[in-house]
Amino acid sequence: MSHAGPSEHELTVEIWRGGAEGRFERYRVPARENQSVLDLVTWVQRHLEPALAYRFACRVGMCGSCAMTVNGRPRWTCRTHVDKVTKGGRLKIAPLANLPVIRDLVTDMTPFFDKWQQARGRFSPTRTRKDEPAAVDPDSRARRAADAGIECINCAVCTAACDVVRWNADYLGPAALNRAWTLINDERDGARAESLAAVSGAAGCHNCHSHQGCAEHCPMGLNPTAAIAGLKRASLLALLKGEL
Amino acid sequence: MTAWLSLLQRFSALILAPLVLVHLGLMVYAIGDGLTAAEILERTRGSILWGAFYGLFVIAAAVHGPIGLRTVLAEMTPWHGKSLDLAMLAFGLALLGLGARALLAVVLPGAAP
Repeated sequence: MSHAGPSEHELTVEIWRGGAEGRFERYRVPARENQSVLDLVTWVQRHLEPALAYRFACRVGMCGSCAMTVNGRPRWTCRTHVDKVTKGGRLKIAPLANLPVIRDLVTDMTPFFDKWQQARGRFSPTRTRKDEPAAVDPDSRARRAADAGIECINCAVCTAACDVVRWNADYLGPAALNRAWTLINDERDGARAESLAAVSGAAGCHNCHSHQGCAEHCPMGLNPTAAIAGLKRASLLALLKGEL
Repeated sequence: MTAWLSLLQRFSALILAPLVLVHLGLMVYAIGDGLTAAEILERTRGSILWGAFYGLFVIAAAVHGPIGLRTVLAEMTPWHGKSLDLAMLAFGLALLGLGARALLAVVLPGAAP
């Protein structure tokens, strides 16, 4: 008898090996209950392929470092159950799309974080430690808009899922623009005009086609498309007021 | 410039949407009712209303089309930058010229049939 197919207690996993030019290698791994895709990749590295490169840290869905492409979809692998994504006993694991591949399952996140800076994704304080803390109304419209986007874990799943990033490498992307939207709605931030200018340029929010791939795939359930729509409105309003 | 283009495209779309619906309805009416070219020209020539309607239509289309095409070309082909912008400006002016020529032909009282 041949051993072409996986047994009842085995899975066939294909994992990307190499850089941008590489190939999928096939591995047989035990099918266990309640294992995550990250567990499975770790098993392959520890038992079959010690040189396999992949990235993870917290393993509990907080750090955003373990995202990979699993059966064609970008996912956070530490919180993705193998049972729920395996198709016919097979699993195909690749690095995240739309980012340069360093090796195997590890992508270079530099462009992703550079875009956060380009979108002015940093807080500009208006008070010092000597001042009283700002009294922010949690029910205000702006604060609720900011709250809706602040749980981003920087996993880059949205960037990998974004069609516009794929077509236009300069596009700031959903994560950076979502971050900018939270700052623009943060009444404590002192650089709203600069943030709006940063996201209104050639690589900015007006490139978004509202395909909602980011919202569909975001593991935290955020909606960057809605944040970008908010940026578009704020940007056009500022333009009409002569503030841009 | 990107924000201005975005604003112009949305504004022109806002204008085009009802105009296209009226235009399509008009075509269905004119063909269904068996109007001849001469009968149509009789109604449009010298009409300020139809001149304004199709004048606005031509301007909105000449603004809307090139902005959208610029985005499609920039995303789907390697063509970027100033040469693309200039080509799209020329495309917009061509649309405007062709549209104006057609418009004048149907609304100017003295134009040839």
